[in-house]
Amino acid sequence: MPIPESDVTWVAEARLGFWEQLYIPSMLDGLKTTIGHIFSPQVKTEQYPEQEPKMPANYRGVHRLNRDHDNRVKCVACYMCATACPAHCIDIVAAPAPTEWKDREKYPETFVIDELRCIYCGMCEEACPVDAIELTTLYDLTGLSREEMIFDKEKLLSVFDQTTKAGTDPVRTRAGRLGAASDAPPGT
Amino acid sequence: MPTVYVNDKPVEIGTQKLNCVQAAELAGQFVPHYCWHEALSVVASCRMCLVEVGDVNPKDGVLTMQPKVVPGCQTPVRDGTTIVTGDYEKRDASVPARPYDANYLKVGPPGTRAKKAQADTLEGLLINHPLDCPVCDKAGECKLQDFSFKYGRSESRMVDVKNTPANKPGLSSKITLFTDRCIMCTRCVRFTREISGTAELMVNGRGHHEEIDTFPGRPLENKLAGNVVDLCPVGALGSKDFLYKQRVWYLKESSGVCSGCSTGCSIHVDSNKDIVYRLRARTNPEAQGHFICDEGRYGYHFANSTERLQRPMAKADGALKPAPWNVVTPQLKQAFAKAATDNAKSVIGVLSPFLTVEEAFLFATYFKGLSADVRLVLGPVPVVGQDDKYPKDVKGNAVEPTKFVIRAEKCPNRRGVEAILKHFQGSVIPLASATTGITAAWFAGGYPDKAAVDVAGWKSPALLVVQDIFATPLSADATFVLPATTSFEKDGTYVNHAGLAQTFVRSVKPPTEIRTELQLAFDMLGRKGLVQAAAIRAELAKAVPFFAGLAAKELPTNGVRFELPTV
Repeated sequence: MPIPESDVTWVAEARLGFWEQLYIPSMLDGLKTTIGHIFSPQVKTEQYPEQEPKMPANYRGVHRLNRDHDNRVKCVACYMCATACPAHCIDIVAAPAPTEWKDREKYPETFVIDELRCIYCGMCEEACPVDAIELTTLYDLTGLSREEMIFDKEKLLSVFDQTTKAGTDPVRTRAGRLGAASDAPPGT
Repeated sequence: MPTVYVNDKPVEIGTQKLNCVQAAELAGQFVPHYCWHEALSVVASCRMCLVEVGDVNPKDGVLTMQPKVVPGCQTPVRDGTTIVTGDYEKRDASVPARPYDANYLKVGPPGTRAKKAQADTLEGLLINHPLDCPVCDKAGECKLQDFSFKYGRSESRMVDVKNTPANKPGLSSKITLFTDRCIMCTRCVRFTREISGTAELMVNGRGHHEEIDTFPGRPLENKLAGNVVDLCPVGALGSKDFLYKQRVWYLKESSGVCSGCSTGCSIHVDSNKDIVYRLRARTNPEAQGHFICDEGRYGYHFANSTERLQRPMAKADGALKPAPWNVVTPQLKQAFAKAATDNAKSVIGVLSPFLTVEEAFLFATYFKGLSADVRLVLGPVPVVGQDDKYPKDVKGNAVEPTKFVIRAEKCPNRRGVEAILKHFQGSVIPLASATTGITAAWFAGGYPDKAAVDVAGWKSPALLVVQDIFATPLSADATFVLPATTSFEKDGTYVNHAGLAQTFVRSVKPPTEIRTELQLAFDMLGRKGLVQAAAIRAELAKAVPFFAGLAAKELPTNGVRFELPTV
């Protein structure tokens, strides 16, 4: 669709004066900041890997599959994450849930994420209706082969165990519960 | 001509007996509906098609609108009927408005009542409908989802607990019922009563506790049962065959023709990444109507089978060994050219009734090109029992008028292949009369069912080429075994029992080393270039007067009907 002319605002480039055209004042200004850092007591170099940084809680690192209160995988195999994924790195095979799981009909038989293909955008996390997939603060993902970097369900669940045990990534959303899609209506 | 006005737009209905939904459709205006279906009786129970209707008094010519909304599916239209739908505000404003009376306009502009009624109906339907769309297989093609989005409210005012009746996986061996998702449109109940006639389904309970159920000890088991899954506008009835296999938005839909029997039902083939996941009925009044049988619906698994012949094989030292196409094709050419020069009368080309007419035409051209004395033979035509007619009564006897027929002849294109054979040699030679004195034979085209390759009294000649989907006793005798493609893997045309020619397109790619029959015949003829079924079809239409109707570039989706010569 073409944009109507009325929606377009033309912005003119600011005209430079004599001093600005020289560029020297701007360069000196930049150098002031750089040199200032050398003597500034606030700036510290992080001694990685001896010293590990603490990532903010919303850092988007390795995925994990959350467990619910019964230690089962929380995922209901709805494919929303796979659909939302722009890199097509999630592959799910759904199956009817075991009959003793009374609260759901469907679960993921396999759940595979290709961590090499992933662009860590976090869309899967946003799409998930039951808060089953989350991105953790694990940032130093390495491996010796491509196969090693393809995470299956067990591996993703072990990331959950590892991160919750270490306390780096507590379950952020609605711990243990299945989430909005399976919630009873309000007032119950 | 009788004229109906839909959102002020006049539309001539001719002599048709229509209801408001159909009349609106003629005018290009969609009226949402759940319970109404063209092939089923009208119950007007879902209340989704509520419209505002008025009629012209024939005495004074004054238009009087009814003060309440009425179900469009149940309201017939006549000359002068004025229909106002909830979408009135989106009408074509250039058309002059109808002379609505002041009393009617008191509530608001036309369409106010209908619009509110539709939103209210949807709110009512969603009172007990669980919002488990993420795990529901219907999500993406669900009418409740679509209409709620388009006509409903975004919020629910429901504060009480929803009814959650238990699911009924035991409803049928092929179908499961998610009872809580049902909106009680009763399409499935009416289908079993009116189309299959077997009446297994019923409505149990009253009011909010109504449930679809079967009678004790009588599960939903009939040969048309799968249609209730297509009919269900929500995710209540699910096919166990397809359950949780794919989300529907991943599926690629293409128009196919069922190869299960000679009815040649129009189907939708739903596939993803070259695997067929589901077949659905495609409405075609010329072929079969709105429905398909379960044999056809679930009869696609052979195409995904791992037992299929995957590559051409040639016999060397008494055993079949894989051989690439570029080796096999020249060998075949040479062997058949030699056999035809030695004794053309003892060479036969057997054309299976599973071949498309284009393929049969190219093969016939090839064999007759070797020598006019080479005989073309119609391959085994599988026939199982009698034609199965529906609806049936309690005792299982067919009742008139017949609404659906599952034919005994389990192949899609006998008439098409016969027409080709008649064109090339004037008569159809059945396989049974061509079993002796053969030195070379070629069985072209594959059978989805191994048991259908019935060649009683057949003595394998020294040069035998068998093309098939699966290995059979016949292929064990062969000098060359070639893999065949299924109807999902090629473009082509089938001619059904009534002479209806339907073209279909490829839905999935055949396995890597399999070439289509059309490609093979093309190669045998030594032609160069790209194989296109449409080009061969045009050539066929020119060469065979009987198929002249196929000359058009774009054939109607319902097919072309031919007056068939009696064979």
